[in-house]
Amino acid sequence: MTLRTLMMAGMVSLLPVSAAQADCAFENETPVKVLSAGFEAWKAVTDAMAECGNVDAELDQEFRTKQPAAFAANPSLYHIGGVANGTITPLLNEGTIRPLDDLVAEYGENLAPNQLIKVDGQTMAIAMMVNTQHLMYRQDIFDELGLEVPTTWDEALEVAAQIEEADVVDYPLGATMKSGWNLAQDFNNMFLGYGGQFTDAESMPTVNTEAGVNALEMMKALTEYMDPEYLVSDSTYVQQQFQQGKIAMANLWASRGAAMDDEAESQVVGKVNAAAAPLAMEGGAPATTLWWDGIVIARNISDEQAQAAFRVAMEGLDTEMVKANNDAAIWLISGYQPNRLAEGAIATASAEPAPPSYPSTSQMGLMHTALGNELPAFFTGERDAEATLAAVEDAYITAAQEAGLIE
Amino acid sequence: MKFRTFAWFVGPSVLMMLLFIAFPLVSVFLQSFQVTQPVVETVEVETCTPGFVGQTCVTETKTTPVLDANGNPVTTTEWVGLLSYTRLLQFDQVGAAIASGAFSSILAIDFWKALRFTLTFTLVTLPLVIGLGLAIALAVNNAARSVRGQIIFVSLLPFIITPVIGALSIRWLFYGDGIVTALLEDMLATDISVAANGWAIEFLMMFYRVWHVAPFAFVIFYAGLQTVNQDTLESAIIDGASRFERLRFVVVPHLMPLIIFVALIHLMDAYRAFEEVVGFSSQAHRITLQWLTYDLLTPDDAGNRAISRASASAMLTMIGIVILLIPLLRRTWRDHKGSAR
Repeated sequence: MTLRTLMMAGMVSLLPVSAAQADCAFENETPVKVLSAGFEAWKAVTDAMAECGNVDAELDQEFRTKQPAAFAANPSLYHIGGVANGTITPLLNEGTIRPLDDLVAEYGENLAPNQLIKVDGQTMAIAMMVNTQHLMYRQDIFDELGLEVPTTWDEALEVAAQIEEADVVDYPLGATMKSGWNLAQDFNNMFLGYGGQFTDAESMPTVNTEAGVNALEMMKALTEYMDPEYLVSDSTYVQQQFQQGKIAMANLWASRGAAMDDEAESQVVGKVNAAAAPLAMEGGAPATTLWWDGIVIARNISDEQAQAAFRVAMEGLDTEMVKANNDAAIWLISGYQPNRLAEGAIATASAEPAPPSYPSTSQMGLMHTALGNELPAFFTGERDAEATLAAVEDAYITAAQEAGLIE
Repeated sequence: MKFRTFAWFVGPSVLMMLLFIAFPLVSVFLQSFQVTQPVVETVEVETCTPGFVGQTCVTETKTTPVLDANGNPVTTTEWVGLLSYTRLLQFDQVGAAIASGAFSSILAIDFWKALRFTLTFTLVTLPLVIGLGLAIALAVNNAARSVRGQIIFVSLLPFIITPVIGALSIRWLFYGDGIVTALLEDMLATDISVAANGWAIEFLMMFYRVWHVAPFAFVIFYAGLQTVNQDTLESAIIDGASRFERLRFVVVPHLMPLIIFVALIHLMDAYRAFEEVVGFSSQAHRITLQWLTYDLLTPDDAGNRAISRASASAMLTMIGIVILLIPLLRRTWRDHKGSAR
């Protein structure tokens, strides 16, 4: 190889970098570190941030265990944090993130008002996308069998029975029911759908109620149409069941939609559609919760660093990024064009009455853990519904006493 | 050796042991009798979160920690005696279960469920590991010299593989439409769901542990076999001892100290089984004591972690190991005293 070709190769490899840096409105001189979850949307956002230079992004699905301690350090180990409505709680509680109103006024001219997460009037986070669990289904199977898309879970049971009878897929239903966090979240959806309340004003648990029993009974009825290994089935498992054509419908995260049309992985490209999450009871809200993902800025850093971090974040959350990654999420950022698979999430979020946001409270964190640990016994048949819910309440009370939330 | 030299040699090691074993242990021991809580207050908070089009604002009463002047949460630490232990052991529920005759419901309580599985797991795998290790060692010892190297290498492979990866590879063979499951389904023309059955998962977890640890036992026993007194063996043959009798009366007694050593290590390792639960995602059906400690220590989304109960659980696990080891340690101690006399 001659020196000339070497130089050419060097220039070619440099080209994309300089072109990419041109995409950022300013050249960032201050080192900025980001800690966020690791799914596709975060990859898109942090890549866009990196265009400004001096950005070091850590995408880690275990971010939730690292973030509280890392942000409590002084100086904070990260400048920008990626959070969701569940994971912002410890940061808010311990006061390790800063109000963003001044920065929004100065640099946030492109933000839509509904992106600002306000706590007591102060902007504490900037949302970038919404996420929810809603009904995804195989349009081709529904057409072939002449089935209506179910709007309630009772209808879903009937539809599942018909699909089972027609024997067109391995299992009519899939569900994110892996024991632990996923199973608890599946219960939360159904429980809220039946009008349940997790705790009362004194932080005492109120899940051992009619709504709780109804939710468990409905979930159990649905498992009849699932792969019997549903207690190890997380979001990725259900996504793969869809992609491999093994299931016909599931209440799955909107953020998994793009994977259905990924030609490299999916055998059902263009065949999966999304609809609003079914209702658990007539007149109720869809049996699901609304989630948002967004960014926060650490408190324990200098104002200059915070400023640089915020400007970098704004570059990550701009219209350009959304246009390049339109299908990676249900973006809240201007320039987003909802595609076929986003319809379900939008229908869910704009239902009347609308499903609640996942509550970001300490109590909910404890309740989620208690549910995740105690519910499996109901599905393995070790305990009946009421005994299970009583055990959940006991576990919650013990944890809440230890955490000092109740006497 | 002069004391000074001796101290220089062991000093670093003692320091490390104090720093990384003794002090943490004391700290965990103390924490198991303490509860540290943030001072909390209830406040009205208005939170606005995005919908797809507009925003929804809700005002709710939230419990938030009180922050001090530096912005750090104020905490209180109290001595609570055995409270964390009672919360973990849940004797009131155990009592209620015994009174009502529903003994099986004891095993639905996390600690007892974990204890039941951990004990079964440890005691069932122990003889299998020793038996299989000894069998491989004898087989290799009797194999032709030319193939010994290859056989040793292959037998050691399971031990070299990272534990979680080993567990995952066995999981992938059986879970869902794994190769083995698919094969069995084809042969038997039925639908098999391994991960839906607690006993099947339990079996796989034990199978994995034996597969993973037997090579360790094999290496130790194989080394021991090289030192068996050949004269004794020959005279046993002349006396007309069969192959089994030679094993029973010459080889095994010679290997006894090593068998006890392997048993000690295995009991300690198996009692704190953890990677099996992660690898096989068995939480719904089977949990171990070590996993229980880990689970209590893992913060939830809101950042809560049950440190006191986790400490209590860790202490109980340690006590469990000590109890299991007592018979073996007593035996070693007796042998030691015997040989010293």
